This record gives sequence, C-alpha cells and structure tokens, in this order.
Amino acid sequence: MSGTRPDPSKLYHREVPATWWLKKKSYFFFMLRELSSVFIAIFLLVYLYQIYQLTQGPEAYVAFSRRLSSPGWILFNLIALLFALYHSITWFQSSAIVLPLRVGERELPRNLFVALNVVALVVISLIILVLFLTLKG
Amino acid sequence: MAEPTITLNITRYRPGQDRAPTTQSYAVPYKEDWVVLDALNHIKDQIDGTLSYRWSCRMGVCGSCGMMVNGTPKLTCAAFLRDYYPGEIRVEPLVNFPIIRDLVIDMSDFLDKLKSVKPWIIRKEEKPVSQGEYLQSPAQLEAFHQFTQCINCMLCYAACPVYGLEPKFLGPAAIALGYRYNMDSRDQGQEQRAVIGNHDGIWDCTFVGECSVVCPKDVDPAAAIQRSKVDTTKTWFQSILMPWGQR
Repeated sequence: MSGTRPDPSKLYHREVPATWWLKKKSYFFFMLRELSSVFIAIFLLVYLYQIYQLTQGPEAYVAFSRRLSSPGWILFNLIALLFALYHSITWFQSSAIVLPLRVGERELPRNLFVALNVVALVVISLIILVLFLTLKG
Repeated sequence: MAEPTITLNITRYRPGQDRAPTTQSYAVPYKEDWVVLDALNHIKDQIDGTLSYRWSCRMGVCGSCGMMVNGTPKLTCAAFLRDYYPGEIRVEPLVNFPIIRDLVIDMSDFLDKLKSVKPWIIRKEEKPVSQGEYLQSPAQLEAFHQFTQCINCMLCYAACPVYGLEPKFLGPAAIALGYRYNMDSRDQGQEQRAVIGNHDGIWDCTFVGECSVVCPKDVDPAAAIQRSKVDTTKTWFQSILMPWGQR
C-alpha cells in the first residue's frame, strides 16, 4: 500500500486557525455550549459557599446573601441563568441523539423528545417556584 | 442576449511549482440544472485542462467529489449552481487533509483509520457454507442499517474541528463503520475493534455534531460515536461491578 502514497514532501498542509470557531454559526454555538459550563460551575461554587455559610451562623449567612444582592451578582446570575437554559436545551437535543426513544421498532422524532423534556423542565421549575414562595411566606 | 455566467473561485496548487495554494477564477455558463461538478468538468474540457479534481459517478454514490463549496463540505455532484447564483462560488479542497494538487487531497490517513476498525464481519469461528447463512431479523438489521450507508466521502472529516486540531482522532466515518459492525448481530469481533474505545477514538469527540449535518447519506456518525460512548461505559461498569460476568 505504501507505494501508492503521495510524496510527503510535495503535500501542502493547511493550519487550523485559532479563530476556527468564529467561521461557522454551528461552531460558534458549540463553543457557547462549552462555555456555558464555566458559568454554571461558578454559580454552583458560589451556591455551595452560600450553603456553607449556614453552618457559620445566621449573621454570616445574611451578610453573604446581602453581598449576593449587589447589581454585579444579579447580572452574573442573570447571565448564568441564560447559559443554564441554553445548556439544558442543547443537553436535551444531544440526549435525543444519544438515547433515542423507541416505540416498538420505530424511533420517535427527536423534536418530540426535546419538547417532552422542555415541558418537564418547565413543570418541575414551576413546582419548585411554588414550593419556594409557599414556604417563604 | 449574452448567456448568463457564474464565477467559480477555485483553489490551485501545483506541487513543486507553487509554494502555497492560490485562487483562480473561472467564468462558466450558468445552467439551472448544472451542479458544481458540471462546472468543473466544463472548465477542465473547455477552459483549462490543467485543473485537477476527483470525481466518478456524478450521482452521490461513489463519494469521490467531496470539496469545500463556499466553506461547507459537499459532494459537488449534489451542489446545484442555482443555489448560489448570482453569487460567486468558492471551491476548495476538503479541509483537514493535506493537498496533493489543486482540489485533490491525500486520503491516506483516513484509509489507515478505516482499516484499523476492521470494517468487516468477524466470526470467532466461521461456520461451513453447508450450514447455511447467518440469519438476521428485520429488527436486528434496523439496529445498524443507517450506518451501512457511508460512502467514505470524508465530508465528515472536513466538518470535524476535532479532527482538524487533533489529527490522531479516529474520526466520524471510521467510528461509525466500526460501530456498524459492532451492532451487527452476525459479528463477534467487538474486542478486535478496541481502537474505537481508545482515547484517540470516541473519547476525543466533543460532540460538535457537524459530521452528521454534512453527511450526504444521513449516516449520523455523531449518534454512532455517542452511543458507542454509552455502550463502552456500560461495559466498563459491568466489568467493575460484576467481574465474574465476563463473556
């Protein structure tokens, strides 16, 4: 087989530019999906720290929670929320490909799989919101 | 009235003569029913016989005429001029592969990888012909049928940024074809295709998903790779939790 290979010295190799992910919309959205995990990770670390403050007494918890209500942190939480929603939707889209739903021998449409998951996400979020408001009151 | 024309900007690279690829423009007659490959053949026959490119069947079966058309990997026999007219069309060799000449790429790497997944039915012991065929139900066929449609056109490799950045990556088509045989009820060679489960196999894939988008045969290599990840993980957990359950 090696006899049929082209002369390596005559080949021209093209480099992948560092900006490859800006060249195509789908690559850009892929990078956004990857980036979303950074924001979700930061949010979770802060959240864990907030729960840890509970063990440090009510004053510490209230003081930390007050710091989190500054405009900067609210903006961060808003961005993190948007990324979390984007990550959830793309996660459902990915899951539809990885674990197709089958009824008998037929595969259900992927969009239906995504729609069912979005409905579940909305319903569960609403239940948590209602519980939160009830318990808070 | 003058016949309408369309401009093709084509990558030229003459080894031993050019240090780097250049672009050459050609104006060809615009015809509604022409595809990019027809335009290339017109150039080769009527304008510039030195242009090099691969093609064969001109009907989406052979997988030879894959090129970048306006930056997207496409079979040029299925890319109609009318979808770009009156704009110009940029034709480049498939990215992520070295260029041999003009629009011709070196596919040796892909062929090596394809061979490494052993894309054929492997039996632990062949049964003699006198015992008849290996039977398969329609449901068993359905489990892998879609992955048999691959024509080795390499569009998925050109669409995969991971392969571009990580040339050791086994890549979409090779994994999809390996998966196709792993899923085949007649096959017993999964252990001989360990290359799929290696680091340079499925675990290099970050699921960009473009391989499945550009596939002209709806093979969906991205699905094959992710499902292989699930299967491999399951097998690994089973071997940890139930070491006595080894086949």
